[in-house]
Parts: sequence; structure tokens; C-alpha cells
Amino acid sequence: MNDEKNLQKSEVIRLKDLSFLQKAYVFEILKGMYTAISQIFKPKFTIQYPEVKIEHAASFRGRPVLVEENGTERCVACGLCSRVCPALAIEVQAGSTELAKERYPEKFEINMTRCIFCGFCEEVCPEEAIIMSSEYELAFSSQAESIFGKDKLLKSAEEMKPRLEFLRKNR
Amino acid sequence: MPNVKITLDGVQYEVDQKKTIIEAARENKVHIPHFCWHDKLSAAGNCRVCLVEVEKMPKLAIACMTQVADGMVVNTKNERVINAREAVLEFILINHPLDCPICDEAGECKLQDYAYKYSKGFSRFVENKVHKPKRVEVGPHVMLDAERCIMCSRCIRFCDEIAGEHQLQFVQRGDRVELTTFPGEALDNQYSMNVVDICPVGALTNKDFRFKSRVWEMSFTDSICHGCARGCNVEIGVRNNEILRLHPRKNDDVNSVWMCDHGRLDTWKSVNAENRIKSPMIRKEGQLVEVGWDEAIAKVASELKSFGKNEIAVLGSAFATNEDNYVFAKFAKEVLGTKNIDFARHLKGENDTVLIRADKTPNAVGAEIVGVHPSESGLSFEKIIAGIKEGKIKAVYALECDFASLPGVEEVLTKLEFLAVHATNENMTTKYADVVFAASTYAEKNGTMTNFQYRVQRIRPAVTTLEQDRALDNFEMSRWDKFASHNDKWGKGPRRDARPSWKIVASIAGVMGTKYKFNNADDVFNEICQKIEGFKGLSFLKVGKKGAALKQTTFAV
Repeated sequence: MNDEKNLQKSEVIRLKDLSFLQKAYVFEILKGMYTAISQIFKPKFTIQYPEVKIEHAASFRGRPVLVEENGTERCVACGLCSRVCPALAIEVQAGSTELAKERYPEKFEINMTRCIFCGFCEEVCPEEAIIMSSEYELAFSSQAESIFGKDKLLKSAEEMKPRLEFLRKNR
Repeated sequence: MPNVKITLDGVQYEVDQKKTIIEAARENKVHIPHFCWHDKLSAAGNCRVCLVEVEKMPKLAIACMTQVADGMVVNTKNERVINAREAVLEFILINHPLDCPICDEAGECKLQDYAYKYSKGFSRFVENKVHKPKRVEVGPHVMLDAERCIMCSRCIRFCDEIAGEHQLQFVQRGDRVELTTFPGEALDNQYSMNVVDICPVGALTNKDFRFKSRVWEMSFTDSICHGCARGCNVEIGVRNNEILRLHPRKNDDVNSVWMCDHGRLDTWKSVNAENRIKSPMIRKEGQLVEVGWDEAIAKVASELKSFGKNEIAVLGSAFATNEDNYVFAKFAKEVLGTKNIDFARHLKGENDTVLIRADKTPNAVGAEIVGVHPSESGLSFEKIIAGIKEGKIKAVYALECDFASLPGVEEVLTKLEFLAVHATNENMTTKYADVVFAASTYAEKNGTMTNFQYRVQRIRPAVTTLEQDRALDNFEMSRWDKFASHNDKWGKGPRRDARPSWKIVASIAGVMGTKYKFNNADDVFNEICQKIEGFKGLSFLKVGKKGAALKQTTFAV
């Protein structure tokens, strides 16, 4: 019963005594046309994605990548990113290397269906080895594809320069 | 022992006169930080982090070397102590490298913990740190990073006092002090890896476990080492359903806090090994073929029925639990009616003065007590082997024990008409077996082992088999285990279609017409406790984490 009453109440009450001009909506249409036409001559701020892509500021958090320097990853496989990751997206398996850093990631995998782009991994990294890139186009056609290994994650330090500089500045 | 009254942080305690302040505090659950002091080693008093204020003493005193006295008033938390502690930690950290990210000790490091809890949290040291050798293989199983060493000398004292071999020594002085072995010598005693456990920092690390996993990624399950009859209490470290390391657990009645290198390194690798028996197998046309459980059980039941009582011999196992052996002995007596029941002994070397026993099986005492021994007219192990040779014994059913590897056994096995074995891994015996059951290893089942001291100790499952579930079956869980979903690779360690031996035996008994009402290992243990003198009054709960001693006088063994 109550529901019916409420329904009746919420019905739109239309004016019944509209004049002819009002009924024809001519002024309303003209008003709308004016707004539309006036916008045509103003500068465009839409972007023709995907032909044109947005240039992001260095502070943008895209997918995490591993920084590669002098032919090897900076990462020492300490596992802190993996520990801090709230979505448990990162899996690291350390291995032993002859390099001075002693330890390197034998396997470094980020499950991109789990990643939430929070940037904690970047924040916790003691080596500035995992950082957020500006990449945001991540479409997969299978779950296996969504697991990014070192092949997809490694990016040279030069390529990541804007982000690295941003991080230095805001440390 | 005369007692004295001391006041610790304003609370009065009565303690033994012979104790030091740190022991008295520990006894009363007051924590005084310490690096060099270890309750199983002599006190050295060189780390200085246990400084406490003793009233009427002009300077702060180290708690590990100061004996308690009547009326002593000790402060462990006042400003003077806190300042001194901060200074000591800052001093220790001067030359300690900040390489926690690559250090295996991280996560279980005393220096990390204390720096977090008791230090100022920053360093005023701007000069260069002293550099020392890193990645030194100081022994076959131990890696040394001299830079990380804080000169507590625990490892040196361990080698001297416990292992009984003076293999490590400090050389140089001041900030150049360095831990090293004697020239041409290696840290290679049988207990060398205990220095890894007692090292409060990452200076001495486990070479076998090096970089394998972060400790916080693993789950740790209380269990028993099955390397010898001692049954050292251990924790099994597991990640991705794979054992990565063992380390000792404190039990003053059995192993104190130590374990031998053999137990730590060699006893668990067979659990992860490639040659695990992954499901039951039957020999068809000379080849072992994987089959379902029902088929293998039915095959063994029908084969065993076709032999006369005296033609069958059954072999229990000193590697299997009390439960396995009990159900097995019960099956042999009640269902098969054979008197030829015994198990193979594995004696090698001699008992040493620390932990290692000559008997290399974990449960020889238990197997015998729960009924795996020949009855009056039955045959013992040696006689069973002789019987096979003479053709008197035609069928053998054995629990998980590679008895074919014992001298003089392999060549007679071909004479058997039927051999059914439980096995965890492929071995000599499975080569001759007609039916092989995939038995759970000690790391995959619940149960008890009885060590040479007649002490019953629990093993708990740490690795899941196909029929178990980590969450539902009350396993220890790491953070990874808790949150793994079906599409996470790290949730999917290898699992085998293995079952505990007592369960397999009970299934065979069921097919042969005798139903055993055992749902789990608890049920079996409860029956053991009812039926077998000496076990009376025990339960899994009472055995607990540290085990329970059997009444030894009740056995004529």
C-alpha cells in the first residue's frame, strides 16, 4: 500500500496550461543550437585516442617496471616489494650472481590482474629498481599473458629518466 | 639451592643465587637485549648491549656476567640504560653494512630487531665503513660475510664447547677484527651449521638455503628430524608446498637447541625429490604402471589371500610412525594371521657424545613397542630373508623402508612370488615390487615417533598431498598460502597422490573383510594408548610440542 502511494507522489507533475510557443519548444531548440555552435570555434580538448596518446606527467602511476642499468637489473631480489604489495601481485625468486650485488632476481613476476597500481613497491624499494612507468594500456587475452616476467618488466634507466628524476626530487 | 631476593624494574623476584641477572630476568619474562649471551654457551660479555643499572654500583653492569645478590635492585628500562643501549647499538652499527636487502638473515636478524626496537633509528657516522672479505666459504655448508660480523664470538664458543672442535677464531684487533678459520682448516664439524642459527646477524649463513626464500614467505611446522634415533625437534620451513630448510627447535630433553648437519641437509630432500612415488603402481608386463588406489588395494588383497599364513612375511618400518606400525601389526595378526613380522634395522657408525645416534631410523623403538616384532614361533628379519632364499616365504608386504639396500637382501628378492611395498621414493626395493603404494613422507602426515630415550614425539604435516588441504586440515600457513587463488602460480607447488601408511593398510584390511574404524591418526594413537602398556594416558594433546616420555619399565626390550 505504502509503495503505491509513494509511486503516485513521485509522478512528474506537468504544467497543463502551456502556451503555443512553449509547446513548440522553438526557443529551447535555438538555445541549445547556440551553445553547440559557440563550442565549435573554441579549442578542442578531447584527444583522438588511440591514434593520439596522452602525455602523462612524471607523477603518473602506470604499470610497474624494473630498471635496467649497465646491462643488468638494479633489483637485488630482496623481496620487499613482494612483501609490501597489498594485492600479492609480485613474486620474486632470488638467485646468486658473481656481481658485487651478490643477489639478483632469477624470476621476477608481476601478476597484472592483481596489480592495483598503488606504487607501494616503488616506495619500499631500497635500490630504486622497481618504479611506476607511464604505461597504462594493459589488455590481455588470457590469464597466462597477464603475468609479466622480466622480459616485459625490464626498461632501461634512460627510458625511465623522467620518473627517476621525479622520485629523486620528491624523496 | 639458596634463593635471593632481587628487584627487577620495581618488581621483587626470588631467584637462585647462582644465576646471572640476565638469566634471572629471562626466568621472570623480563627481556634484556643481548647478542653474545646464549643460554647454552658460556658467557663472554663482549657485545655490551645487555647493560643494566644496578643500584649502588657506580657504572652500568652487563647483565650476562653479573651474578645476582640478595637485595639487588636492577633497572633495565630507565633513561640511563636506554641511553647506554642506544650508544652501544650505534657503535655496533658503525661498521655493519646496510645490506639487509641481500642478506639472508633479514627477517630473523637480532640486530635488525634490536636496531628497530632499541636504537635511535639513524646514524651519525659519515666516514667510510671498514671493508672485509665477503662471500667466504668458511666451511662446506657455511658462508661467511666478515663485514656483517659484530664479534659476539658465539660461533667460536659453539665450536669449542658444543662441537668440541676449535675451528673458528678472531684475528686482528680493533675495528679490523675478523672471524676466520685456522689456515688450511675449514668449519667442517658435524654440527657446523648450528653457528648459522646462533649467529645474531647475517655473518654466517646457510649455503644450502642461500637466497632460496625470504623467511617471512615461509610457513614453519613443528616436527621431528628423522635422520637418526635421536629425533631432534625441528621446524620445517615450507614455501609453495616445497620444503626449503629445517632448523632446530628447542627441547632440553632431546636436542637442546642443536641439530647435526646431516639432519639439517639430507633428511628432507627426498620429500621434494623428482623420484617421489606420485601414485600407486602395479607391475604389468615387467613395468610399474600408475593405477588408481582401488585397483592397487584390490590387487594386494587378492594376492595376499592366495598365500598360506606361513608363506607370508610382513615387514614394518622404523621410518614409519607408531600409528603406521601399529595398524600394520594389527593387520598382520588379525587379518593375515602371520607370525612372521619384523622390521629392518639400520645401524651405521657409532653414537657420538653430542646428538648423533648409530641407529639411523627415527622410530625403531616405537615400531617394536607397538607390535612389529616376531611372535614366539615367528621369523625375525634375518630369518625372513633366509626363508625367502629357501623358498619358504613366498610373499612379502612391507612398509616404507628400503630393506633391499641392506647387504644380502637384493639378490634373494627375485625369488619372491609377490612383493608389495609402501614407498615414498623410487628405491632398490621398488625395483622388485609387484605393487607399490605411494606413502606419505614424514612431512606429509600426522603421527608420533618414539626415540631411543623412549620419548614419544609428534610429527605434523607441512607439505600437502592431493587428499589434504592446507586451510581445511589445519596446516601452518604462510601469507602466500592464505591468499593464493587458482590462477596464482605461487599457490601451486607439486602435490602427490600419497596416503599415510596406516590408511593404506586399513583400506586393504577393509577389502579383506575386516573394517578398521580409524578416521585419522588421532584415532589410531588413541587405540595405541588404550591397548599398549606404557602409552596409557597419552594423547596427541599430551604429547604436544615437546613430546612425552614412555614408562620404560613396562617394556622388556
